[in-house]
Amino acid sequence: MTLTGQTSTRKLLYWGSHYLMIAAFVIFALFPLYWLLKVSVTPNDILYTEGVRLWPSRTSWENYAFVLTQSNFPHYFLNSVIVSGTTALVTTLIAALTGYAFSRFAFRGKVIIVALMLITQMFPLVMLIAPIFKILAPLGLTDSLTGLIIVYTAFNVPFATFLMQSFFDGIPKDLEEAAMIDGNTRFEAFRAIILPLTLPGVAATLGFVFTAAWSELLFALMLVSSESASTFPVGLLSFVSKFSVDFGQMMAAGVLALVPACLFFLLIQRYLVQGLTAGAVKG
Amino acid sequence: MNTGTQTGKLPVERRGGFSRKFSGIIEPYLYVSPALVLIIAVMLMPLILGLSYAFRDIRILNPFSGGFVGTAHFEALISDQAFLDALANTAWWTFGSLLFQFGLGLVLALLLNRQFLGRRLVQALVFLPWAVPTFLSGLNWAWMFNPVVGPLPHWMTSLGLMAEPFNILSDPDLAMWGPIIANIWFGIPFFAITLLAALQSIPKELYEAASIDGATTRQQFISITLPFLAPTIAITLMLRTIWIANFADLIVVMTNGGPADSTQIVASYIFTQAFRRLDFGYASAIAAVLLVLLLAYALSVIALRRAMTHTDS
Repeated sequence: MTLTGQTSTRKLLYWGSHYLMIAAFVIFALFPLYWLLKVSVTPNDILYTEGVRLWPSRTSWENYAFVLTQSNFPHYFLNSVIVSGTTALVTTLIAALTGYAFSRFAFRGKVIIVALMLITQMFPLVMLIAPIFKILAPLGLTDSLTGLIIVYTAFNVPFATFLMQSFFDGIPKDLEEAAMIDGNTRFEAFRAIILPLTLPGVAATLGFVFTAAWSELLFALMLVSSESASTFPVGLLSFVSKFSVDFGQMMAAGVLALVPACLFFLLIQRYLVQGLTAGAVKG
Repeated sequence: MNTGTQTGKLPVERRGGFSRKFSGIIEPYLYVSPALVLIIAVMLMPLILGLSYAFRDIRILNPFSGGFVGTAHFEALISDQAFLDALANTAWWTFGSLLFQFGLGLVLALLLNRQFLGRRLVQALVFLPWAVPTFLSGLNWAWMFNPVVGPLPHWMTSLGLMAEPFNILSDPDLAMWGPIIANIWFGIPFFAITLLAALQSIPKELYEAASIDGATTRQQFISITLPFLAPTIAITLMLRTIWIANFADLIVVMTNGGPADSTQIVASYIFTQAFRRLDFGYASAIAAVLLVLLLAYALSVIALRRAMTHTDS
């Protein structure tokens, strides 16, 4: 009797602290986003006088209205959607092919290619900006969305490949071998049987790459000089570098820019955990 | 890729077998080639070109630059106090961020590994910082540390951590904590995601067997969970160390290396040299040194790990 009483008290204590810690993590994760939102709906005249209040005495959507109708932001936004969307699609396609080869074939040079991909994850990307600029300029690929897409795709392919490989590793080889005995080529088997089974993996990779490309600032800043090819981080920076920084408008633009990345991420984060489960054990 | 093996005639079958064998040899290369071409063209070639810049005088604003200078940049680096300080700051920034990202990430992963009410919603919410563009989170955290418009200095004063609200980003002794805290916020989800994935791949039967044998929760954690997590922990810690050491965005946005270079890390120093002073040659020399240091670190970790697994078995 006393024993069960003891266990239930301990259980209560455990779950109490469990939920308390969970709550702390949720607050820590969300508070900065809440603050971003708060600043974006604060009218300019009380931005500083009510700077530290948890919620302003009155709110307005004027910052959002300005950003959407008076600024170039919708244009930057569209550029970012084009760049990130295309990068995600192309990267995932290339990574799926490479990841499949890594998962299913033993071939000469495989170790070298894997090592090459690992090394690309290690060096400071900053040092590539000047050389990439010099390579892309004669090809007419600076100051263009195509150039950005090519660069982002190359940067994201290595990690995306390892991610896709871990998904393929989780699927039994017998499946496509059976299809190949029935007279299909391996590529047909890959396309018709294996790829549909890895759809969660494809979704996770798409989302991961989209988010990465959506946030990239340094290369966008250096490779693009005109307004017409600017992506949103560059556009956001133009709010900062203007003579008088308009923080309310900048935060409103920031909230708008957050929406697609967060939506994408909320949809795919489950698959990301699932996908890594397959690959994580091998280390 | 027509494989005519179904016709039944021997010669055709033999030829089909041959072409199938042949395509089997080149097939993996076909799959790999797009990635390989892209990585060589956009990463490897620029890397080699960038390394060559380290030995040349390349300044964008000087039309007479471009000549070969030998090891002059590296000789200048040795006596460059700002660079040496940046090296020390890099270690502080990297391990300060990493320790908390990993520790809190592990706790979060363990919490999320239990089934509880609202777990899926909580998981989506706590992973959210990972999706926030770093540029935006840098600006936002800088804003929150500002005593005029941000709540953090006032909270720290109420807690007795500060005598009066001030901006830690403008105090050379404390400024590094600003970007580190922002980086912890941003990086916890990464560790939580990878560690949660590793936790979920541990066979449940092991825990069942252990509790039948009367093992306590702590014993189970030490003898089942930790050994299973160890490979993931080793790999992610190594990759993240390198990644954080190279990660200059938050510092560039929040403090720009200041005040008085107190938050300047090597990666942000490269950025400053390349894009403020437009001295690509010197910037490339610093980058080359950083690359060598990080490679040495990675190789020593791998060697250490190999030595440890060998003594185990």
